Amino acid sequence: MRVTQGTFSFLPDLTDEQITAQVQYCLDNGWAVNIEYTDDPHPRNTYWDMWGQPMFDIPDAAGIMMELAACRKAHGHLYIRLSAFDSSHGWESVKLSFLVNRPVEEPGFRLRRSEGEGRNIRYTTDPYSTDRPEGSRYQG
Amino acid sequence: MSEALIRDTETPAAAPAGTVDLRREYEEAGVRDVLDELDRSLVGLAPVKKRIRETAALLLVERARRRLGLAHETPTLHMSFTGNPGTGKTTVALRMADLLHRLGYVRKGHLVSVTRDDLVGQYIGHTAPKTKDILKKAMGGVLFIDEAYYLYRPENERDYGQEAIEILLQVMENQRDDLVVILAGYADRMDRFFESNPGFRSRIAHHIDFPDYSDAELLQISVGMLERQNYHLSAEAEAMLARYIEQRRAQPHFANARSMRNALDRARLRQANRLFERSTGPLDAETLSRIEAEDIAASRVFDQKRPAAAELTEETR
Repeated sequence: MRVTQGTFSFLPDLTDEQITAQVQYCLDNGWAVNIEYTDDPHPRNTYWDMWGQPMFDIPDAAGIMMELAACRKAHGHLYIRLSAFDSSHGWESVKLSFLVNRPVEEPGFRLRRSEGEGRNIRYTTDPYSTDRPEGSRYQG
Repeated sequence: MSEALIRDTETPAAAPAGTVDLRREYEEAGVRDVLDELDRSLVGLAPVKKRIRETAALLLVERARRRLGLAHETPTLHMSFTGNPGTGKTTVALRMADLLHRLGYVRKGHLVSVTRDDLVGQYIGHTAPKTKDILKKAMGGVLFIDEAYYLYRPENERDYGQEAIEILLQVMENQRDDLVVILAGYADRMDRFFESNPGFRSRIAHHIDFPDYSDAELLQISVGMLERQNYHLSAEAEAMLARYIEQRRAQPHFANARSMRNALDRARLRQANRLFERSTGPLDAETLSRIEAEDIAASRVFDQKRPAAAELTEETR
């Protein structure tokens, strides 16, 4: 099941050229672009691992793409996303975030139903991939 | 009939399809502005200006060839600027970045100026991230490495400079579209640096040598510097400054235009002191902005009798 998270996720995966254009847009707006990766695609997982440090003061997208290439080399089998952080006063938050890399196989999510009192049912989603311990998921 | 109409509506200067009008390109890309600005703002440096003109012509033709599908590869644009201190290497690098930007060879046209300290780390594993950080900042512009030969220290084989050199070379080769590197430094030491790092020599296409300024040029530069700060020299002061330049050149640590800037800063200091100590009434703008001969004559450069003159540092001259 294809994970849809962040901007552009219902579109076909962006090509490197398209990613470069998006990154350049962020940089032109003065946002700092960060690279994050994870092997836990649960939508409520907000704590992705950061690749390097937040990249402030970079004028051209080529610098970010260089880091992205390095991140893909190390974590090409995981989810990688770019997030653009606006540090201007009053915002101080992420303005844009989108996936730039996903595993070849995406096993999807298991839906758990737990029955409560009466006929009440609570639903939980679990990524199948998190059945295995962290670091050994998506090994192919 | 319709053919004639089309011809009429075309601007006369427009080149027919399949050809390129270099004159027009030259004007439109704003190359002329940059070169004119270079001519106006930099005194002397005739050989440098000539080389930059030639380089601009080459890049313009290369761009036209690319447009017509005759060339596909980005030409190697990495350069080395050699010359003594204070001969305008950094200033020319700034203009070069602007020129490359206008011709479309770099996307942003900013200049990142670094030295060894910015690239090389202090302990194992520190160098690569540091160098890459700088490279990331310089992407889309020009990376100016001042005194590049310090990167290579042959006397210490465990020096981390080598690591920075390797990363630089890799990026210079693989990301020629994204980054132009300019190495700068003294001519003789750069030659030795290139000898021991053949990788650099082969990746640098343009070597530009910056000659020392003549005495007359230094005087002209000094007058220009003062003018930009709304100062001017009295006639005697100008003669005194010409003598100063002559004497200063013969002494150690002479750094061309930079020495002149320091000398003028000290002259302004003396002028301020003179005005402060001797003024009795209100001063007008003319007095406040005139530098007199005595402000320059007080320099220790004229004080040849002092035996320790050679040991004076740049700051006390």
